[in-house]
Amino acid sequence: MRNNNHNNQNVIEVHSLKKMFGSFTAVDGISFSVPRGQIFGFLGPNGSGKTTTIRMLLGLLPPTDGTAIVLGHDVRKQALSVRARLGYMSQKFTLYNDLTVIENLKFYGRGYGLHNRKLRERIDYVLEMANLKGREHQTPPSLSGGWRQRLALGAAILHEPDIVFLDEPTAGVDPLSRRAFWDLLYDISAQGTTIFVTTHYMDEAEHCENLGFIYYGRLIAQGAPGTIKSQHLPGEVIQLTPVHAAGAMQALTAAHEAGNLGDSLDVSLYGAQIHIMTRSAATTADAVRQMLDRANLAYNDFDIIPPSLEDAFIRLVQAQNDPVHQR
Amino acid sequence: MIHINQLERIFRSRLRRRSVTAVQDLTLSIEPGELFGLVGPDGAGKTTTLRMLAGILKPTSGEATVNGHDIVKEAEAIKQELGYMAQQFGLYPDLTVDENLNFICDVFDVVGDAREQRIQELLDFTNLHDFRQRRARQLSGGMQKKLALTAALVHRPKLLLLDEPTTGVDPVARREFWDILTELHASGSTVIVSTPYMDEAERCNRVGLMYNGRLMVCDTPGAVKRMLPGAVLALRADNLAAAERVLKDMQQVIDVQPYGDVLSVIVTDHGDSAAIEARLSEAGVQVESLRPAPPRLEEAFIYFVRQYAANNHRPIEEVRA
Repeated sequence: MRNNNHNNQNVIEVHSLKKMFGSFTAVDGISFSVPRGQIFGFLGPNGSGKTTTIRMLLGLLPPTDGTAIVLGHDVRKQALSVRARLGYMSQKFTLYNDLTVIENLKFYGRGYGLHNRKLRERIDYVLEMANLKGREHQTPPSLSGGWRQRLALGAAILHEPDIVFLDEPTAGVDPLSRRAFWDLLYDISAQGTTIFVTTHYMDEAEHCENLGFIYYGRLIAQGAPGTIKSQHLPGEVIQLTPVHAAGAMQALTAAHEAGNLGDSLDVSLYGAQIHIMTRSAATTADAVRQMLDRANLAYNDFDIIPPSLEDAFIRLVQAQNDPVHQR
Repeated sequence: MIHINQLERIFRSRLRRRSVTAVQDLTLSIEPGELFGLVGPDGAGKTTTLRMLAGILKPTSGEATVNGHDIVKEAEAIKQELGYMAQQFGLYPDLTVDENLNFICDVFDVVGDAREQRIQELLDFTNLHDFRQRRARQLSGGMQKKLALTAALVHRPKLLLLDEPTTGVDPVARREFWDILTELHASGSTVIVSTPYMDEAERCNRVGLMYNGRLMVCDTPGAVKRMLPGAVLALRADNLAAAERVLKDMQQVIDVQPYGDVLSVIVTDHGDSAAIEARLSEAGVQVESLRPAPPRLEEAFIYFVRQYAANNHRPIEEVRA
């Protein structure tokens, strides 16, 4: 929790939520809850049901089955007063390209019922927060991707919502702008706003306090990034960059299969790097070094790293797919 | 395989009477068999660099050779020897996978029995067999990328230039794409790939970090991380927002970067952890753990850009024409 000065009640509670489109099940009985002020990451490949879930939580799409309680109200009978406490930044850029930054913010602010001094104060806050001061009279197309995205976020939080939903907010944005964007999310979260963000960037998912992995409509794992990794990928990874990938890979695989590589669990080549998964890196690392030295196989950048969230995700997806393949 | 010397590209806009230097002072050599990552934010000059190497765009000054061919005088020879995959989907959306591949084979003069054999081989390799009759526009983003890569491979190039091939692709499709790159690299192809993702950069045998048209740093991922001064401490605490505010004001703290439930604290010295812990508890922050952590490429990159901006970097020059 980034900020402890709020009560830990759940602002989102979802039980066995389901959505069918005809015979197609987009969301298949998912359950999770999000406490106030948390940054909750909703993670999954394209077409796995992320946007459908957000649309149900926003009260835009009625669930087929199950319940979703947002800010204490069932989404099926969500009153306008509840919707006014939610912010939404959709996947597509939704501001007006022929209006200036300030005109866009005024338009959105008035739409949320802000007027006069309150509107001016909030616009001022957003311009400051999004670092858009001095660009008030530019139109969105003249801003770079990072600025446009911060403007869209600003428009979504003008009315000080309790929860803001962000649907893949950083798709196609460069790493520096993504970093700036996440710094903003931390600030907003520290002020007590709950953030529900979907992404398929694993490095971004690592920034969330809690995660749900959704895959073909089903929630296949949830918890803090560290917990998910330690549950689904116990151990460590030895990572090294061989000078000749094919030769080193062949030798290490042979040693692994013969059981002569410490307690290695798996050896894989990923790009120019070899990853050796192991339960105890210390003993295995020695075995790997000795083997490579004996075979005269040169390498660089020998490191012991924790497994990545992406490794855990791929492992979970494989576990989902395997029974299907065996059938 | 590639030698680049003082390469520069300026885009002039007559209408707005100004010019933008997209790439400047670029000097770099890439050896056969490398998997080289070109990393940087939008507008850093990655695409311009790749387009010049592909013989598609002429440099304003400087020179470069690819496989011994000059990129200006022998651009046609280069195009025959390399595979180039643009960032935007460059195939025909209303043709099927098969039709697109046949068209590319026509262009590169892959004919007769060799054609069907090559297409079969590539479809096996990229796992697109089941989609031969599907129109390109009906493929998912990840499959479109795989089709574009397949098309770039029909003439068996020794060198591949891939411009952000995984941008906007989901993690499962991204892993599949990298499995293909891994095989190409292991079989001896030279691959230059541009990417905004730091985790992909980690998997290259060398990375070049570009920013504002210049190559800031170029080395193995490990060496780049070791260039980060001081040491990294990973902090877990009950109130990270408060911890961040406190730490930013400490003299021995070089940088603070939040990563979810962990705060990366870059300090001048590992030995500072006791002082940091004392200062945090003084400020009422309960420390769960404060441990040395290996630096990440992302931390190094963010740090270099901040340094570069603070010291010797000038913004992209706007020269009055």
